[in-house]
Amino acid sequence: MRHSRKMRYIATFFLLGISILLFVVLNVCIGTVAISLRQIVASARGQEIENSRILWDIRMPRALAAMILGGALALAGYLLQTFFHNPIAGPFVLGISSGAKMMVALIMVFFMGNAFKVSSEALITAAFIGAMISMGFVLMISRRVSHMSMLVVSGVMIGYICSAVTELVVTFADDAEIVNLHNWSRGSFSGMTWDNVAVMAGVISVAFAAVFWLSKPLSAYQQGDAYAENLGVNIRLLRVSLVVLSSFLSACIVAFAGPISFVGIAVPHLVKSLLGTAKPILMIPACFLGGSVFCLFCDLLARTMFAPAELSISTVTAVFGAPVVLWIMIRRGREKT
Amino acid sequence: MMKYYFRTEKMTVGYHKVPLIEKIEIGLEKGEILTLIGPNGAGKSTILKSIARQLALISGTVFLDDGNLQDMSGRELSQNMAVVLTEKLRTEMMTCEEVVATGRYPYTGRFGILSESDRQMVEEAMELVHVTALRDRDFTRVSDGQRQRVMLARAICQEPEIIILDEPTSYLDVRYKLEFLSVLQELRKEKKLTVIMSLHELELAARVSDKILCIRGKWAERFGRPEEIFKQGYLSDLFSITSGSFDEENGNMELPAIKGEAVVFVIAGGGCGRNVYRRLQRQSVPFATGILFQNDLDYPIAKALATEVITAKAFEPISDKLSECARKKVDQCKKVICCKKAFGTFEYANQELLDYARQSGKEIEMILTDGEPEKMKQIKKDE
Repeated sequence: MRHSRKMRYIATFFLLGISILLFVVLNVCIGTVAISLRQIVASARGQEIENSRILWDIRMPRALAAMILGGALALAGYLLQTFFHNPIAGPFVLGISSGAKMMVALIMVFFMGNAFKVSSEALITAAFIGAMISMGFVLMISRRVSHMSMLVVSGVMIGYICSAVTELVVTFADDAEIVNLHNWSRGSFSGMTWDNVAVMAGVISVAFAAVFWLSKPLSAYQQGDAYAENLGVNIRLLRVSLVVLSSFLSACIVAFAGPISFVGIAVPHLVKSLLGTAKPILMIPACFLGGSVFCLFCDLLARTMFAPAELSISTVTAVFGAPVVLWIMIRRGREKT
Repeated sequence: MMKYYFRTEKMTVGYHKVPLIEKIEIGLEKGEILTLIGPNGAGKSTILKSIARQLALISGTVFLDDGNLQDMSGRELSQNMAVVLTEKLRTEMMTCEEVVATGRYPYTGRFGILSESDRQMVEEAMELVHVTALRDRDFTRVSDGQRQRVMLARAICQEPEIIILDEPTSYLDVRYKLEFLSVLQELRKEKKLTVIMSLHELELAARVSDKILCIRGKWAERFGRPEEIFKQGYLSDLFSITSGSFDEENGNMELPAIKGEAVVFVIAGGGCGRNVYRRLQRQSVPFATGILFQNDLDYPIAKALATEVITAKAFEPISDKLSECARKKVDQCKKVICCKKAFGTFEYANQELLDYARQSGKEIEMILTDGEPEKMKQIKKDE
């Protein structure tokens, strides 16, 4: 039994790893201009190929961004679910993404003139502030209402308020900015540069390491406060760390790609079913990989389904993510009765 | 003065700095079992949580082996004290073995990987409380009794010196209640484990505890050995029992007696009358009974339910005066129920009483057996 469980873990990680590789290649190859695998290999060896710029300056950073941000998003969702002991918590439904979006929109429009000249760091900071503001409200509400669905409802409301403010800001922005802002505020991986990728890889790997470092106290926290405390966990410190880390991860995603829905809820559950365990030490890396696969897959569809027109990433993630959420709720409802 | 292993000094507990129970003094030797009893909402859980440091003490000190419990680090505390609370342990996709293994938390490294000796400890703990067979079952899908034992195994894995249990037997059926408490006794024997728990079952508390703490109102009213606590009338008073009665010495609980003039006289003795008394109580028939020796099995129940009990001193012959008294009582009743098949040498007075009732033409009901329960007809499935 113990042996077979271990095999399952290994198989899951193997599957996720292979899927990432596969989807990165597919994301780079498929598009309005098709690039063959042979061409990629040739180009990587330093040979001159026809679409080298599309390959290396557009598709590759985009694929990597989808991979990194997707992972971060799933991880943020996992942390929030753990924090609230709520299976349908996530950065999007709790309004944290929208809070970050609002702050980023404000920064872009009022201070910088041209939206895409703002530095990544400034965007992340703005998004983080916005995320923390939303999180603050959610925490305040969660102290008063203990019911799981009420928490989500209030999160959605906060999200709407933030979105309304964002809309308002966008309305007052210059025409040229509106196009950019509008695309971004619906969520998209387009227009990623290598600089962006470098920054996100840096900050997110630090955040990931911090989360992984917390995997043991998280496992105790899952059992409930009283039991975690008895095992010697510093609950208060852990809670603060969770709030900061999940907000930070959510903020990074919003700063680079705008708000993306459902990945944060759906992926941890799918990964959990694959692994057959909820142990943080396995779930944390597996969620990250799962989020990467999911976002790579969704971005591929977003780009290619109605090419040359591009769908917003949230449209695709919702199509695949929302049914998962419904499935979770139905299953839980059945278990309770 | 005696040196205690676990001791509280003027411990005052409560919520949000409002004292609920004040100046609690407890002293336990290593390996003793302390039970907290008291009415619902008296604050048993509050005391347990305060000892477990889940609630801040309002004032006073708790000592464990002469060290101040408040000064311990989280890790130290977790290696000394384990808890099983009324709150459910949350789990997701965890087998019982994995739940037990979470007790090793204070001993594992940064990432909580179990070593070989940790695994062995888990194994032993499961063995000790007899849950080894459940190891691969999902924790959420085992019965309440099994879950409680898994929780105990988890606590044992923490290798604590002292274990705190909040109403550990509440949802268990009688078999599991007894099993759970006997496991506690085993632990005490094998590991010198000190136990502090709360129980609702007074009769069990009287049997398993070395010390009992009674909580009422703002105070821990009494602290002592069960025989000091279970004194006639005290617990009925502690729990303010107004309908029915609790017999401290025998652990009997009876519903309220029927008031009024006795219309039935029950001749009983040796335990044959108990069920008749209870039946009459259910049928709201006031009755008198006798002649019972003070040490008779029927006596405590008769005391609780009959309007009058004709009582003879234990180990003494029944006097003529007492027989006369019983005859008078029979005269007042309409009916006599006799539960005795045959009368022993020292019950000749009851034999005479029955004869007297017959002669004076009373309606007499003889109950010679307890009766057999009607067997349910089994319906065969293939028919």
